[in-house]
Amino acid sequence: MTAKHRFGVPRLLLYLLLACGSAAFILPLAWMVRSALMDASQIFIVPPVWVPEPIRFGNFKTALDTVPFGRYLINTMIIVVGNVTGAVLTSALCAYSFSRLRWRGRDFFFGLLMAGMMLPFAVTLIPTFLGWRTVVGPNSYLPLILPAWFGGGAFNIFLIRQFMKTIPKELDEAALVDGAGYFHIFVRVIFPLSKSAVIVVALFQFLGVWNDFLGPLVYVNKESMFTLALGLQQFVGYYTAQWELLMAAATMILIPPILLFVIGQKYFIKGIAVSGIKG
Amino acid sequence: MGMHPNQQAIAPKVQPGFRIRKETIYGYGMAAPAILGFFIFTLGPLLASLYLSFTDYSITNDFRFIGIENFRRLFSGEDSFFYKSLFVTLYYVALAVPVSLLAAFAMALLLKNNVKGKAFFRAVFYLPSIVPVVATSTIFMWLLNPDIGLFNQILEFLHLPTSQWIYDESTVVPTMAFMNVWSVGGTMLIFLAGLESIPDHYYEAVEIDGGGIRHKLTAVTLPMMTPTIFFNLIIGIINGFQSFSEAYIMTEGGPNNASLFYVVYLYREAFTNQRMGAACAIAWVLFAIIMLLSVIVFRSSRSWVYYEGEKS
Repeated sequence: MTAKHRFGVPRLLLYLLLACGSAAFILPLAWMVRSALMDASQIFIVPPVWVPEPIRFGNFKTALDTVPFGRYLINTMIIVVGNVTGAVLTSALCAYSFSRLRWRGRDFFFGLLMAGMMLPFAVTLIPTFLGWRTVVGPNSYLPLILPAWFGGGAFNIFLIRQFMKTIPKELDEAALVDGAGYFHIFVRVIFPLSKSAVIVVALFQFLGVWNDFLGPLVYVNKESMFTLALGLQQFVGYYTAQWELLMAAATMILIPPILLFVIGQKYFIKGIAVSGIKG
Repeated sequence: MGMHPNQQAIAPKVQPGFRIRKETIYGYGMAAPAILGFFIFTLGPLLASLYLSFTDYSITNDFRFIGIENFRRLFSGEDSFFYKSLFVTLYYVALAVPVSLLAAFAMALLLKNNVKGKAFFRAVFYLPSIVPVVATSTIFMWLLNPDIGLFNQILEFLHLPTSQWIYDESTVVPTMAFMNVWSVGGTMLIFLAGLESIPDHYYEAVEIDGGGIRHKLTAVTLPMMTPTIFFNLIIGIINGFQSFSEAYIMTEGGPNNASLFYVVYLYREAFTNQRMGAACAIAWVLFAIIMLLSVIVFRSSRSWVYYEGEKS
């Protein structure tokens, strides 16, 4: 990078804008944490106090005692583990077939999958719901887990396929000459080499399931089977005025996604860049 | 591939076709989850939905085929919520999509300038988009609280008029469009990737010609970014029309149906009123609208999207 002042914007102005922008983006989260650590009486002081005095961690415990978030965490993890495992394994398998095997109809079916991505979820929501209701009845996690085992979503296949296409074809050919089967090549050669794309898929899928609201809302209505998202939504309805507890609960639910982001930042950024290239 | 044309021509004779057939079997076998999934979870429900939209299906009763009655009822305005929700959603999309695209583009442009601490700013801008929608909604309900919320307190401090935000019919949709800007991190990263793929020598050419920042923006950045803008525009429209969770959690479509987003209306018909057939008709109208808008944007793209390597 030679040209430092690409757009010749005065540096000072640039950093000023960035500082204001990031302050605005951080503000809601900062306000949430600050409120979560406050005494109920302090939270309503006008003009607002920024730093809790004293810092109260008790809100987290009270929130946990009021709503069985522990139970909801376990429920959420059951869905997350079942869903993400299926999505990662089957999307990689399908991506391997779509990128490295040659078979009649391959491009046709891949095109179908891509076209299916454009379909609004609202169109298939009701028949899918009715179908699951008939097959497994209400209050089951299967509708939230099993579909992920069918290719893990077209976008994930696309993402891994893009990556697999960059692996030299000679690797497969050499393995074939050595007498390895296609499945063996996938498991031993291509899957391990696609690790970074697979991690991207796993991260996005985790976030998608963790953050999902509509899915559990439609398929789960027994309280003991609620996910964290449903639990928090119900909590909001019941304790509208107890903002310190609501903020404590909101803080807890977004700690895992944020930790994941901090750890896997480079994968997130790479994955999103790929999704845009398609355009 | 590096295969000689002659080699390709004689290959089938040398091999009795066994390898090729085996590859086909494995190809289908390994893609089977996705292909089956497409039929079970996309095409099947799609056709079922079309069929149900011509019935009065509602879990509890037997159902009859009623022709276009569901659609007639929607368009005739007998169900006044249909046009209401359509209007609310169009209003939201018309506000949220341009505002979010502009904000994301501006943020990406700022980050493109080889700033110090780029990774930090990028993380800060992206972070809110991974916050679960339930948490986002909860946080904003608190920030937007008319009496003691932070936003009104700031406005009061600045001696500016306060607002009822999501609790007033006239401000609820603009407020939600504005909220949406907080989650544009993903769009911003796509723009940033697009900006960074523009070769430096294009800008250098403008510099040599004596062009300034404005010329760089209009002669290089914007034309080169049109495919990315186009992509984000389409995705933005599709997602905007399907907004559901924020409105469902924060206002349940209120006050007085002022934030009755189309999918909230659909959800209400399907799961609260148990009118599954009607809800399928509602879904198909949404499908048609999204298709129509996509076609219009695709058509228009011929005149404003620039693809490199394409002769014009």
